[in-house]
Amino acid sequence: MSEHVDSVKTYTAVWLILLILTGVTTGVAYIDLGAFSVVIALLIAAVKMLLVALFFMHMRHSTKLTQLAAAGAFLWLFIMMAFTLADVWTRGLVGTPGR
Amino acid sequence: MNTAAIETQENYLNAGYGLKSWLLTKDHKRIAILYLITITIFFFIGGIFASLIRIELLTPQGNLVSSETYNKLFTMHGIAMIFFFLIPSIPATLGNFFLPMMIGARDLAFPRINLLSWYLLVIGGAFAIFAMLAGGVDTGWTFYTPYSTTYSNSWVIATALGIFVSGFSSILTGLNFIVTVHRMRAPGMTWFRLPLFVWANYATAVIQVLGTPVVAVTLVLVFCERVFHIGIFDPNLGGDPVLFQHMFWFYSHPAVYIMVLPAMGVISEIISVFSRKPIFGYHVVAFSSMAIAVIGFLVWGHHLFVSTQSVYAGLVFSFLSYFVAIPSAVKVFNWTATLYKGSISFATPMLYAFGFIGLFTIGGLTGLFVASLGFDVHVTDTYFVVAHFHYIMVGGTIMAFLGGLHYWWPKITGRMYPENWAKLSAAIIFVGFNLTFFPQFILGYMGMPRRYHNYPDEFQVLHVLSTAGASILAIGYLFPMVYFMWSLRYGAVAGANPWGATGLEWTMQSPPPVHNFDEIPVVTHEVYDYSTVVKEGVEVG
Repeated sequence: MSEHVDSVKTYTAVWLILLILTGVTTGVAYIDLGAFSVVIALLIAAVKMLLVALFFMHMRHSTKLTQLAAAGAFLWLFIMMAFTLADVWTRGLVGTPGR
Repeated sequence: MNTAAIETQENYLNAGYGLKSWLLTKDHKRIAILYLITITIFFFIGGIFASLIRIELLTPQGNLVSSETYNKLFTMHGIAMIFFFLIPSIPATLGNFFLPMMIGARDLAFPRINLLSWYLLVIGGAFAIFAMLAGGVDTGWTFYTPYSTTYSNSWVIATALGIFVSGFSSILTGLNFIVTVHRMRAPGMTWFRLPLFVWANYATAVIQVLGTPVVAVTLVLVFCERVFHIGIFDPNLGGDPVLFQHMFWFYSHPAVYIMVLPAMGVISEIISVFSRKPIFGYHVVAFSSMAIAVIGFLVWGHHLFVSTQSVYAGLVFSFLSYFVAIPSAVKVFNWTATLYKGSISFATPMLYAFGFIGLFTIGGLTGLFVASLGFDVHVTDTYFVVAHFHYIMVGGTIMAFLGGLHYWWPKITGRMYPENWAKLSAAIIFVGFNLTFFPQFILGYMGMPRRYHNYPDEFQVLHVLSTAGASILAIGYLFPMVYFMWSLRYGAVAGANPWGATGLEWTMQSPPPVHNFDEIPVVTHEVYDYSTVVKEGVEVG
């Protein structure tokens, strides 16, 4: 469990990857990718978040219960986004009378 | 045991004196008392606003306060009652006090965080009170955009900040409960030996931890748009005002279950004790709490039926809203089945439990009315909705809170409350409540909109009935205030187990010692096993 800690080498590597990804996010902001700008930025952010959770927060070595709790948070985020988008994406499917 | 004995035995109340011993305490029982005092203050603040609203509505003309002031009155009534009374009410007081005892623990898992959570509520409450005194806020307790972000000239940010801070109080309480239930159960206290009050608070804690951060984020976004004009909700800046409603209700609908699930837990305890039977279908009732916690997160869109939400999303949310009625109905049927062939006694807590079952059923069934798309269009933003949610929150949660407070008062203070006065006030509250809110169903169905302080003459009779009921209700709430205070000094000494209840909290002296258990108990009996309990009378102690 929490006694299990990765080596300094691993932590340094993860830290460097995080720094590089931060640089990539900044760099991509200067390139006009249209709608994909947001997608790329969010993807990089998601990868960084996973790295922090798995290594720095020891989620890799946590008990199943802790991992379940963390997964629950993602499930709930998914619920919020999925249902909200389900509204946004289907709003225009029914015509408005008189319009 | 006599009065002298109760004062000489060491307990959590006489273990230390002075303000510091309370304000720096890490004892879950003392923190529960701190919460109780705090939320009682907010209950009376919210009550004053409610009184002013009802007095204004006596006459069809808006002649007591201006329209602007009226907007502030109902807003601040809602904010005080929901965020600073109902949400912390049962979990932070009765839950804080009894959850560790019920599972055989000496305290919650994180005593310091428990104290921190109370301070956060006080700090958040201080912001809210500051906003009220400085001029108030007029957005409605829901802070709908674009009014809250663009147009309102009232103290939106101070109030939102108060709710933001107090939200963390709620999150920390929930976190504490989850860890405590997982890690600190006594030997033999298996998951299916947990009292249903613990199950209910556990389910509530899950909602608090998963839902509350979202409302905090939402209020931060309101702040960002209001102050820095970042486009989140304003279409002119590329935002979507309905997004606010999605995010707000993602928390605030489950928040209804934060208010009512612990209430259901209290009712399960009371029904079992005063019919001297285990709860019928214990496992199903336990799982129904978890089901409500999960399904409660899938229904928020029923608040958006007329907010330009897609018809398809509306259909799904309407269907899922019906779904949440199933576990709620399971509870009501199982409480009723528990009564069957029970040895029922009509002590005050049981009167409140009966009141809860009836009023919650009316509130729940009218919830099905408003969950149906067509009917909801007719009654949206009318008094029908106001009546519906007051049946849940006042008729449900406050009845259960008072029932629980009477039930556990002997354990908390070591004293009995005066039974006859308590029964009288329970009856007054039941009558006053129904007279206040039943006419509002009819008003709403007839088309009286909420949040207006003037109305057509033909609505006056029903409004007068409602105000009369509110006056009776107010008297009913003042009674317990007075006799609880009285009982602290003059009440009969209660003894360890005046109700002959099962449950570990009744195995220790009243009031409980500082560390609850000298030795951590080993649980060998099933939950609500009345064959093992010998009733200890008032004298036996």
